[in-house]
Amino acid sequence: MLGLRKSDATLLLFVVAITILAPFILNPFPTNSAMAQFNGGYPDLMQRFVIFGIFAIGFNILFGLTGYLSFGHAAFLGVGSYAAIWMMKLLTMNVIPAIIISVIVAGLFSLVVGYISLRRSGIYFSILTLAFAQMSYSLAYSVLTPITGGETGLQPKNTDPRILDTLFGGGGAGGRANFFGLDMRDSYFWSVGDWSFVFNTGYYVAAILMIAAFYLSIRIFRSPFGLMLRAVKSNQQRMNYTGLNSRPYTLAAFVISGMYAGLAGGLLVAMDTQVGAERMFWTASGEVVLMAILGGAGTLIGPVLGAGFIKYFENIVSKINESILQGWFAALPDGLSDFMVAVIYPFIGKGWHLTLGLLFMLVVIFLPGGLVEGGQRIAALFRRKPKDNDGGMSAQATPAE
Amino acid sequence: MGILEVKNVNKRFGGLQALGDVNLDIQENTVHAIIGPNGAGKSTLLNCLIGKLEPDTGSVTFDGQPVLGRKPHEINQMGISRVFQTPEIFNDLTVMENVLIPCFAKRDGAFRMHAVGSVASESDVMETAEKMLSDVNMLAKKDVHSGALSRGDKRRLEMAMCLVQEPKLLLLDEPTAGMARADTNNTIELLKEIKASRDITMVIIEHDMHVVFSLAQRITVLAQGTPLVEDTPEKIKGHPKVKEAYLGEAAA
Repeated sequence: MLGLRKSDATLLLFVVAITILAPFILNPFPTNSAMAQFNGGYPDLMQRFVIFGIFAIGFNILFGLTGYLSFGHAAFLGVGSYAAIWMMKLLTMNVIPAIIISVIVAGLFSLVVGYISLRRSGIYFSILTLAFAQMSYSLAYSVLTPITGGETGLQPKNTDPRILDTLFGGGGAGGRANFFGLDMRDSYFWSVGDWSFVFNTGYYVAAILMIAAFYLSIRIFRSPFGLMLRAVKSNQQRMNYTGLNSRPYTLAAFVISGMYAGLAGGLLVAMDTQVGAERMFWTASGEVVLMAILGGAGTLIGPVLGAGFIKYFENIVSKINESILQGWFAALPDGLSDFMVAVIYPFIGKGWHLTLGLLFMLVVIFLPGGLVEGGQRIAALFRRKPKDNDGGMSAQATPAE
Repeated sequence: MGILEVKNVNKRFGGLQALGDVNLDIQENTVHAIIGPNGAGKSTLLNCLIGKLEPDTGSVTFDGQPVLGRKPHEINQMGISRVFQTPEIFNDLTVMENVLIPCFAKRDGAFRMHAVGSVASESDVMETAEKMLSDVNMLAKKDVHSGALSRGDKRRLEMAMCLVQEPKLLLLDEPTAGMARADTNNTIELLKEIKASRDITMVIIEHDMHVVFSLAQRITVLAQGTPLVEDTPEKIKGHPKVKEAYLGEAAA
């Protein structure tokens, strides 16, 4: 199907089904129940799942295949965002031109950064990319204020020219980001008994792009180009003595992953029309590294899982506060309830990084192949018979170093 | 004029003269061995031929074209392949993938952006790779992770990866180093088969005289960075200078 072999096609269908049904899957608890705070099915978070999924899929094409660890990919995300918001200010609030330009600008920027950074490998490459990203951040924050809005960042204003919108009569959605008139923030609510599900325009636009991005990454993984990228990771010396020039291969991978980051940046603006320089900060670059490793670097589905996992934690665990905790343990005797609250408190709310950090350590130590490896082990347990012809997500997993 | 000409090559590492005025003329379609005691500069010479090291002076010409100053991948694309002392293969990839990579390098050159079609759909390359694997008796292992292969199999795989590119010149750096006698003999047989079945020039660096005298048609003896003698194996065997070079090392 679609030029994919059977296991890949199954995986793609699985991802399509999950993304389409996400509003149901992420809202498993009734709205009024005590568990409702674990529901992740609201537009803002669902959009983040797929957008950061795109970011991580692209990052994985570089890191997972070639082994080159970029510590500056947030710069491409940020550049894509700035490009997108300028498109909205100058041309139209329709998201399509904004998204296209964000991919192009991020691609050009990553060509420059990659051309210079790829002159070195290993830790020096990582440091060069980090330096570029931090320079971009500082520039956006101070020197380039006329273009980037500095500390305040950029938002669309009523005084923006928006040439195309003026030409074709206001753009329809009254200064809101839209897809040919469909407001990205529009949602359809569907209540079934105690459950409530939200279907958001912006989410589905981003989800379709993520599916396309995922499909493209499968094609790249299975192509001769993907094979060459894995050769870079495995033995660059042998590759060069086999008559292959590894530099353009790594540069192409770098630019492709930069374009994915730009697409994610453009989509962030399409969902929420504002940009600030903090989007390029080094912690944002580090986050996508965590996503790829947590999910399983070098696997197809891993980065998507990692992105979902981290964004879920960031948004859900961080919202649990002390009073919610007390509610959970209210049934216990007083002393015990206070004790439980005191023990768990550091791991929730603002302490969510602590929980994530511990989980990350556990995964790296016990599941070097990330969540994908965890899934395979569980699948193997259920299968009983140790057979190797497993379908779906395990077929492409290469043992991570 | 030979296929590979080395003229007045000098290489210094600090105070050490690793190569001093090396001149070599390697004839097409021969097996040429370079022998010599440890530290004679054999590996340095080989590294100069594949672009890993740049000599201080001198010239290297392959098939009438200058070699020096080119990048390793360019030298390979001219038709020079190299087998390393410890087999250099893609350990993280399967045996089949290991052979596919040089097939693509041969067909598409140093770089080609074919990122959309799948590897499996490239039937001509798949066929070439499978045929090569069956030639070296490794077809049954084509889906094995190559890192898990035995040393002898890794060596055979590396040879297959070089041969599938149909090089004009194959450089072998101690192809039997660290091998048991049986494996060594298998490697000799494999190299003989390779030589018999195609037009290929081989340059072998080797310590093991059994290997050298089973394969080589010409032998150059290198000592302290300079070629001592170059002759046929029969003449080399009894040559006084050669005995001196080796015995001198043993005495020291």
